[in-house]
Parts: sequence; structure tokens; C-alpha cells
Amino acid sequence: MHYADNVDYPRLLSRPSVYIPGLAALFGLLLYVQAGTTSFGQMLASALGMAADAPFAANLVVAVLVTGIVALNVFVVLRLSLKHQVYVVWAELALLVLVFFYSFDLSFEFIGRKIGFLITQGLTTTLYVSAVSIFIASVLAMVGAVAKLSSNGIALGIANFYTSLFRGLPLLMQIYLIYLGLPQLGYVIDAVPAGIMALSLCYGAYMTEIFRAGIESIPKGQWEASRALGLKPKDTMTRIILPQAMRIIIPPTGNQFIAMLKDSSLVSVVGVWELMYLARTQGQTEFRHIEMMITASLIYWVMSIVLELIQTRIERRFNRAQTR
Amino acid sequence: MVQGNSLSLVEPVADPVPATPAVQIRNLSKWFGSFQALKDVSLTIARGERLVICGPSGSGKSTLIRTINALESFQQGEIRVDGIQLTRKPEAVEAVRLRVGMVFQQFNLFPHLTVLENCTLPLRLVRGVSTKEAEERALYYLGKVRIPEQAGKYASQLSGGQQQRVAIARALSMQPDIMLFDEPTSALDPEMVKEVLDTMTQLAGEGMTMAVVTHEMGFARQVADRVVFMDRGEIVEEGTPVEFFSNPKELRARSFLSQIIH
Repeated sequence: MHYADNVDYPRLLSRPSVYIPGLAALFGLLLYVQAGTTSFGQMLASALGMAADAPFAANLVVAVLVTGIVALNVFVVLRLSLKHQVYVVWAELALLVLVFFYSFDLSFEFIGRKIGFLITQGLTTTLYVSAVSIFIASVLAMVGAVAKLSSNGIALGIANFYTSLFRGLPLLMQIYLIYLGLPQLGYVIDAVPAGIMALSLCYGAYMTEIFRAGIESIPKGQWEASRALGLKPKDTMTRIILPQAMRIIIPPTGNQFIAMLKDSSLVSVVGVWELMYLARTQGQTEFRHIEMMITASLIYWVMSIVLELIQTRIERRFNRAQTR
Repeated sequence: MVQGNSLSLVEPVADPVPATPAVQIRNLSKWFGSFQALKDVSLTIARGERLVICGPSGSGKSTLIRTINALESFQQGEIRVDGIQLTRKPEAVEAVRLRVGMVFQQFNLFPHLTVLENCTLPLRLVRGVSTKEAEERALYYLGKVRIPEQAGKYASQLSGGQQQRVAIARALSMQPDIMLFDEPTSALDPEMVKEVLDTMTQLAGEGMTMAVVTHEMGFARQVADRVVFMDRGEIVEEGTPVEFFSNPKELRARSFLSQIIH
């Protein structure tokens, strides 16, 4: 908990009034969805030597078993330290996701054959497109935020129109408009620059609002002290206000980066050979769509985790001075 | 350029024109919307003078000293600082702000910088002083306010009194001719008021021109050359501390004093 009270309230899951109805609800849900008819349930039923024509019995057995495992699990995990609780829960949930993927009867031979290409071509392109877009979007956001806070009517008008248009149109539409629309003006644009342009403009518009809010959150006194000391507007902004605003800006910006990483898959519609495009086309040749989709999903997930870790480090750096 | 063995808080001013007063305010009026915050205020602060401005809250005393370094605008009248007329032109404002240091009620230290960096950054950016020289000068003034050992810390790690003394050192590092104090002790815990007032008293003793908005009447009595009493945007009464405290002429001044002196 962020700011824990000094009271030992009974843990929510160790209260019988929560624990027992919770388990009962789980049990009821398993029966309701007829857990015995799932592949896992049938596997279990045949292992127990139960007749295939007794679905209710199978449902019951699976429901009892799963509820029992959950109950035991909660009982054990509650007795661990906070850190270990987090690790155990994480590992269990990750295992469940992997089991879910595994249950698709995947051809690992096919994945092994294709994953190299997915990474060298697909992941590289995705990272390239995202990194360049993130950089341009940050620059646009910075300029947009300063323009929105300025008393220059032209800058304000442009910035307002920009955020309105590019937050208002679906990203997919922006990609089409840039890739298919610009050639109408006589300017033929390649798929990759078109994708980067659309992502930068769209995310730049969202991030403009984040940057603006960050700058506005710095108290008036900081501006006044800086001005009274004689700092020029440029120095006040870059040396006093922005370094403090970064603390506010970074968490939502990290969010945007992770979202953009995945939205970069939208540029696959114009034929950029990034991760999503390859996952679709490579699977098609041998009708192994699900293999490629799951592989690509896991690659996206791992990249997001890496970004989250980087974000945590940067946040810690900017919080250094200001832990009150 | 600053010598460690010199004990003066105030560096000799390079080119003071002795004849011009430090600050000259003539017929100043200011409105916030339809509310008139300053009404035809005229005030001259002589070089080396210690002026205390007091009055009830909302009387315009903070607004008045904030107009001197252009933190507040004004609609009518004229301000001259060291003879320089304060307009809205960048050159005029920059020249005035170079000559005027300010200390705020809320300290307004830069929280992302260390104490030392708080003092050196403006020196480097505004005065163009080298990093090494800026650090020497900053440490000298941090020594003067008696907290050189805190130079590496961040503001959030200091007490209120220490923060305000850093703010004073930061302003002094710029070597201004005039120091403005906007209720410098009002945000402090009672036991920390004295350390800040002592620093200000020391500064006054070394000949700095000071305009202090404060409710600390003990400080006014002990240090001020002149006390100005403001109410509802006007200067109602002014005089030496002895005159003002022992024999206030105006009714509003008498009732103000009876409320704050117990």
C-alpha cells in the first residue's frame, strides 16, 4: 500500500465473511459454466475413470477440485511476506496464461522456425517505428504544451486545432489519410514514414495535454522566484519549470509509450513489415495463425515489461530531490 | 572574487550614483479588475535605508513591493530603481531585476536543485559567472547565513528557517543593490523566526537597502529607519519607528497597532 495506516485490520481474504462467500461464488460459477465439459475437465474426468456420459458428476468434481486448490492457495499465500506474495501470485498468473496458450496445441516446431524472422525483421521494425515516433511525439508535445500556455493567439490556435483534430480522429483513419491522402496532393510517401508520421502526430496530441498539465502543476512561486532572480523566460522554462514538471509528466508518458508500442501494430495496414504484419502473413502460409499471434503477443508483452522497468528507473531519478 | 576573510554581507556596488534614491515610486495606482489595490502611492527609498512596510492583510503592502521588481504590473504612475525607469520593456525589467533581490513568504527554493545549485544556477545563467566562481560566491553567502554545511542538501531536507536563510543567500549571491522581503517570517514556526530575523538584522547592519513587509514589530523597532503604514491601498502614515510606535497619528494606525501589539 502506498501509505499504510498503523492498524492491523484483519486481512480481507482471511475474513470468513469474505473467504467463504468468495469460494462459494467460485464454486457456483464453475458449475454454471460447466467446467467439466472443458478440455481440462474432460482430461480430469477420464483420469479419474469417470463415465463420459455423466457430465454433472464431472462438473462437480472439477468445481470441487478447483475451488479446493484456490482455497489452499489463498491460505498459503496469505502467510507469506508481502514481497513473496507478489512473486508467487505473479508466477501463478503467468503460468495460467502460458497454460492457456499451451492448450491451443501449438506447433513449437513452426514457432521455432519463424521466431527468428519475427524478431530480426518484425520486432526491429516495431521498435524502430515506435522509438522514432515516441521521440517526435515528445518534441511535438513539448512545443504544443508551450504553445497552449502562451499568449500568442496564432500558436494557441494551431495547438488547439492540432490536439482537437488528432485526438478526435481514429488512429487507423489517420494512417490511411496520410498514406493514401498525401499522394493525392502529389506527394507520395512510403509506408514506414507514413506510419511514423501518423503515430507521432496522434501521440503528440495526447502528450501535449500531459505536458501542459505537468507544466501547469508547478506552483506560481517557482515562476516568481525564477523571474525575480532575473532568469530569462527560456531559462525559467528549461531549467526551473520543466525539470520539476517532468516528475508529473513521466508516469502518464510512460503509459503513452507502452500504448504506442502496441498501436504501432496499426501501421501493418499499410504493409509495413512490423511485428503484427509478419505475425499475420507468416501464419497464413501454413495455416498456423494462432502460433504467430501468440508469439507476437508474448513479444509485445515482454517489450512492455521492459518499458515499465525503464519508466520506474526514470521516475526514481526525478523523485530523488522531492521525497517529502 | 569574493574573499573568505571579508565579513561584509554586501559587496560594494560598482556604480551607485549617490544622488539617485534606490527606489522612487510616484503616484502609483494598480487595479485587479475593478478592485483598486494601490491608490496613488508615492514612496522613496533612500540608498542604505531600511524601510518596514506594515498594515492589515489586503492593504496592498505585498502588491506594492512586488511592483518594484515587476512581479506585479501597474496601470498608473512611475517607478524608478537606481534611476532606471521600470517599463514593460525586457531591457528595463532585466536591468531592474539585476539590481533587486527578493525573499518570499513561501521561500520558493527550487526543489529539484541542491542548496548550492539554487544559488549558483542564477549566477551562471544571469550573471554569466563561471561554475567555479559561482560556487565560491554561493558558499561565501551560505556561510554568511550560517548554513554552508547544508550546501549539498535539497530544500525538502531543511527546516523552514534554514530554507528561508538559503533563499536570502540565493538572493544575495546575485549581489543586488536592494533587497525586498515579502513577509519573510510569516510561514515559519515561531522558534525559527528569530534565526531569519537575526540574518536580516545582520544584513541591515552592513548597509543593505531593504524594504521589508512584515508583522514583526520588534524587528521594525530595532532595525527600521522608517516605518510605512498602509491600509486599503494607501500609505496612511509614515515616520521613524519611535514616532510611529509611541505616537501614531492616524486612527487606522492606532487600531492596527492595538491589535497586533499585546
